[in-house]
Amino acid sequence: MNGVHDMGGMTNLGPLEREENEPVFHAPWEGRVFAMTIASPTRVNLDYGRHQRELIPGPEYLPMTYYERWFRSLSDALVRRGFVSPEELQSGRAAARSAEAAPRSAGEIIAGLSARGSYVRERAAAPLFAVGARVRARNINPTGHTRLPRYVRGHVGVVERCHGAHVFPDSNARLAGEDPQHLYSVRFAGKELWGEEADPTITVALDLWEPYLELA
Amino acid sequence: MHLRVKALESILVEKGLVDSAALDAIVEHYAEDVGPKNGAQVVARAWTDAAFRQRLLKDATSAVAEFGFTGAQGEHVVAVENSAQVHNLVVCTLCSCYPWPLLGLPPVWYKSNAYRSRAVIDPRGVLREFGVELDERVEIRVWDSTAEVRYLVIPQRPAGTAGLGEGELAARVTRNGMVGTALL
Repeated sequence: MNGVHDMGGMTNLGPLEREENEPVFHAPWEGRVFAMTIASPTRVNLDYGRHQRELIPGPEYLPMTYYERWFRSLSDALVRRGFVSPEELQSGRAAARSAEAAPRSAGEIIAGLSARGSYVRERAAAPLFAVGARVRARNINPTGHTRLPRYVRGHVGVVERCHGAHVFPDSNARLAGEDPQHLYSVRFAGKELWGEEADPTITVALDLWEPYLELA
Repeated sequence: MHLRVKALESILVEKGLVDSAALDAIVEHYAEDVGPKNGAQVVARAWTDAAFRQRLLKDATSAVAEFGFTGAQGEHVVAVENSAQVHNLVVCTLCSCYPWPLLGLPPVWYKSNAYRSRAVIDPRGVLREFGVELDERVEIRVWDSTAEVRYLVIPQRPAGTAGLGEGELAARVTRNGMVGTALL
């Protein structure tokens, strides 16, 4: 979807603010929101979780702090998937114990967070592009989740690395299966993305799945 | 926010959907156990051990696993090296992808609208705001983390550190240096 989360290339979104000796969480509630999101039964997969944050309407998303976004998307996902009713959220009280009550233990969650995982999957078809190939990011505008930012659509880059077949977020986010697709690191020249006036010393590399690309 | 978050937690606990002790453990894990000290060890090793540096540049996922730095948001790692000619800068324009097992959770500036939007169109300007003034001939390679590949910048080793051991070197490596928004 063409949401405000896809903000690469905008230049008026406020000043860069830095903080010395920044704490991991700025208030205890931030840590609780983070932890609840990790432990929640709505954390069906990473792509689904990202999509929940993108579904926050743009005018509300932009001014929110990071963990305000996480809180909003967690609350919305809990209602969307039927774990919590809007009335319960409103009242702040649980009406009944969930039929799916089976909270994961601390040990189980921490082990899962620390284990060596992988998003590489088998795919029968060979990769279409080789290192060095000139590829164009397709001008597509998916209405669901996608990891193809608008600022590269229609532009030509060079394949720098093939990562193998990875879980395809566009499919996984809508719970339609992992549909593994070959993933490539593609490098674009600054001038290609931002025009002739752009700094010639700049390049931008993105990791893009095969369905996002065509031979240029 | 405090009260709303507290209310949501009590709903989830009462419904049996999450365990409060598990939430405590998750917070503690990322507030105490995982952080940029991990990545700093990797960088210091790369500076002092040529064979490790080669393994890191070839297959960083396996190389950092030698330290036990595995887990969520670090499933696939690529290490990129700064030099006198090349400077690397990492961003996630779409959300906030960041190598958790190596650097912990990202700082606010990394997740900010300003950084996410401008790092890809004006990296030199962004770096200047971080106090990093690069020679205009230095090539800037920006890495937009759009998939489950996480990037670790290996900063240039500071001058005058020839006599230092791995531990002392690691203490010189900063989080921002490993994202590309600082020189050491």
